[in-house]
Amino acid sequence: MLRIQFITIAVNILFVLYISRLIIKGKLREEYAIVWVMCTLFLLLFSFWTDGLELLRKLTGVVVAANLVFTGFIFAILVYLLHLSVVASKLYNDNKKLGQEISLLKEQFNKHLEDKKS
Amino acid sequence: MPGKVLIVIPCYNEEASLPILLPELLSTKLPNGYELNAVIINDCSKDNTVAVAKNYDVTVLDLPVNLGIGGAVQTGIRYARDNNYDLAMQLDGDGQHPPKELAKLIRYHDETGVNVVIGSRFLEKEGFQSSFTRRLGIQYFHWLNRFLTGQAIYDSTSGFRLFDRKAIALAAASYPDEYPEPESLVVFSKAGLKVAEVAVVMAARQGGQSSIRSFGSLYYCIKVTLAMFFSFIRKP
Repeated sequence: MLRIQFITIAVNILFVLYISRLIIKGKLREEYAIVWVMCTLFLLLFSFWTDGLELLRKLTGVVVAANLVFTGFIFAILVYLLHLSVVASKLYNDNKKLGQEISLLKEQFNKHLEDKKS
Repeated sequence: MPGKVLIVIPCYNEEASLPILLPELLSTKLPNGYELNAVIINDCSKDNTVAVAKNYDVTVLDLPVNLGIGGAVQTGIRYARDNNYDLAMQLDGDGQHPPKELAKLIRYHDETGVNVVIGSRFLEKEGFQSSFTRRLGIQYFHWLNRFLTGQAIYDSTSGFRLFDRKAIALAAASYPDEYPEPESLVVFSKAGLKVAEVAVVMAARQGGQSSIRSFGSLYYCIKVTLAMFFSFIRKP
């Protein structure tokens, strides 16, 4: 095995452990962890199977293998960022509904209290 | 048959203008026997808006997070729906919309039965007309609105509005968040509601600051254009 393989495999395993820790501690929801676990598995696969990248390069017709890696990962990151924007939009809408609901309930509650007093 | 009207007043830091606006509003006589109630929606003001408002005979809805003008107005509209009001009228907290002009919108609604009535500054050249660039922007939205809805609304950014029961039900369910005025017109017309304008005289704001300031006006135009376009192609 090459030295670089050892390094990537070690980093990968540490990353998976860190993601697991976040999930166990409840700081990361599983649905958002899926994409990170998949990325790590993907990297791990090509850490072991070094000829795989060369094969993919030939299949897609990309001249330099590194460009294939960059293109693939930048695209994946863009898709994930879009997903996060969708999540943020949904959270905004949920927050808005909650805020409105709270203000309406607070008013009803205060009115009820005043009615009771008088 | 006399009905109930809810005046929806979204407020953000309006402690200076409320003591001028509210006494005038509460002593306003509405036509056709309508009974007037007012609701103040405090959109997380940093001043004493709530304390000032509670000195008057109005309902106060205190939002726990800042929702922006659209979310605040929608809260008032939902209150109108939940409490079975016949009409809801939006009146800005800064005193730009004189309460004596409310009667014009109500009379127009009663005569014609349109679902949404907008108080317009531009049908007659009277009162506060706002700055040149702002009028340029309003002109642009007039044309965009005409293109998308086929309705000729001159003052599509005006927040001085009357909603009938149908419009209340629609707006309570979905109302745009940021800069809602021009976009909501597209939503209303897509749902088949009738929108019309009547001339009113507006004043310059008595306190506070416009939510649309110079550096943000380009963002405003782009954001609202996009929002109107997507409201247009979205299924109602």
